[in-house]
Amino acid sequence: MSTALTGTTTTTGRALALGRAELTLLLRNRAALSSALVLPGMLTLSMSTFTGDIDLKGTGLSPGTLVLPGSIGLALVLAVYTNLVGVYVIRREELVLKRLRAGEATDTEILTGAAVPALLIGLIQCVVLVVSVSLAMDVPAPEAPYLTVLGVALGLPQMAALAAATAAYTRTAESAQLTPMPMMLLSMLASGLFVPLEVLPDQVAEFCERLPLTPVIDLVRAGWTGDMGAGEALAAVVTAAAWTALAWWTVRRRFPWEPRR
Amino acid sequence: MHVGDNAIKVNELRRRYGPAGAQGFDAVRGVSFEVARGELFALLGTNGAGKTSTVELLEGLAAPTGGAVRVLGHDPYRERALVRPRIGVMLQEGGFPSELTAVETVRMWAGCTSGARPVDEALELVGLARRRAVRVKMLSGGERRRLDLALALLGHPEVLFLDEPTTGLDAEGRRDTWELVRTLRDQGTTVLLTTHYLEEAEALADRLAIMHRGRIATSGRVAEIVAERPSRLTLTLPTDVHPGDLPPVELLAADAMELPGMPDAAGRTTVRLSTRDLQRTATEVLLWARDRRIGLAGLDARSASLEEAFLHIARGLDDEDGEMPQERTMEGAAR
Repeated sequence: MSTALTGTTTTTGRALALGRAELTLLLRNRAALSSALVLPGMLTLSMSTFTGDIDLKGTGLSPGTLVLPGSIGLALVLAVYTNLVGVYVIRREELVLKRLRAGEATDTEILTGAAVPALLIGLIQCVVLVVSVSLAMDVPAPEAPYLTVLGVALGLPQMAALAAATAAYTRTAESAQLTPMPMMLLSMLASGLFVPLEVLPDQVAEFCERLPLTPVIDLVRAGWTGDMGAGEALAAVVTAAAWTALAWWTVRRRFPWEPRR
Repeated sequence: MHVGDNAIKVNELRRRYGPAGAQGFDAVRGVSFEVARGELFALLGTNGAGKTSTVELLEGLAAPTGGAVRVLGHDPYRERALVRPRIGVMLQEGGFPSELTAVETVRMWAGCTSGARPVDEALELVGLARRRAVRVKMLSGGERRRLDLALALLGHPEVLFLDEPTTGLDAEGRRDTWELVRTLRDQGTTVLLTTHYLEEAEALADRLAIMHRGRIATSGRVAEIVAERPSRLTLTLPTDVHPGDLPPVELLAADAMELPGMPDAAGRTTVRLSTRDLQRTATEVLLWARDRRIGLAGLDARSASLEEAFLHIARGLDDEDGEMPQERTMEGAAR
């Protein structure tokens, strides 16, 4: 009997091995790489040119504190969410996910490992955008940076879980170009990325508060404005985490590990 | 066989796809077998017989609809974490990211495999060392199959599942794979192999089972399975001799006599005798011919083969079920 004496694998080790391979693949995929790297910055730039037209009176926001959280939202939606839907669907089409499931890695490790490079790029994007927007738009240092960190920390896994849930309902690589659109557009328009919810009618704003990315953006923004009570912060955390849990529950029940033929 | 020493134990296994009723499909309908440690067991069958559906349950990729599976004493689906580090799996269709190179693919797997061999050793083992830096999309079908085998062997598995490991390989690649599988078996690895190549099962398997329509039609050593089938003696009688001139089948120790065709243009009749005792039947026929001074043309004595046993099963069970053979194509599509 050949009992292995060396190198029993661990959850972290397996996820990192998968993540490393996935990073290699991302670096070889020009289209995915450039849209993850370039799009959030480009959209942030175009956003910053028209913020002057929005009447921010009474919202307590400046153009800088509107654009900054928005740019982080863009990084999360474009570099993590949209990117990952494609990754999951293509790996399933290539039968990579099925093959991996015949090995030691668990389902969670397989999906997490595949998300590593997207999460990494998303995080780097957030840092780069925060620094460059702060410098360019003269934004003062954040008053409660831990809220911003909390928001990003909730947003990254939420985007990955939502991407896997979207991939669960996406049949082919071609349809993966379309299926992220609803979530992407909804987040951009109604989660406070471009338009602060404070300028919307109350009922609409109330609906928007319940969307997945809204609490994340609220937390990120509150890091700069500092005007968020403990109760509000808790509500935001619960809403964001509930979406992550719901998405993950959907994945556990519905995610197909091989293409339907 | 030592019952306590089985690497694989399968009892009344069932697998159903789709909803209840006519829309669903029973791919595996009550399969039972055991594989001893260190044994090489082959599952043979036509396309759609349920081989892959069965093996996927043994690998723990899905939960069975009914029945039980034990691999190394554990349930491979529920106790996945206990079983996986000790088995190696090669699926019917390998899935690799097409933009990774062979060596990057093995490295990724090594990171997910306890006690993994060094990456280069694994590539060497399957003869892919020279192709290490080639991307998967540029590898031939046979090379991809061998890469898949390298991954299955990476963790020195105690039990190896190979689902059609040589499909797409050329003759040389097939021989190399056979050689490698034999070496592993000799080193004590238990191997479960599915194949639709009869000669592959014949060349490798200690024991085999022939599956048909989700059931095991027969199982045992190749010699045992073949022994269940009669041997054949075929001969062509001269123009002036008729089949009725032969001694009765009982005297020839044969089971039956058939006339496979009409007399040929020269008026000669071909006779086929099926027998359990080929030597005795052949001797009786030849002695009869010598005594009568009859010259026999086209004399052909043939022991039963695995192929014949296989074809008999494929045809025979269709008749028993009272179903039309065309249905086989439907079953093939419903994998």
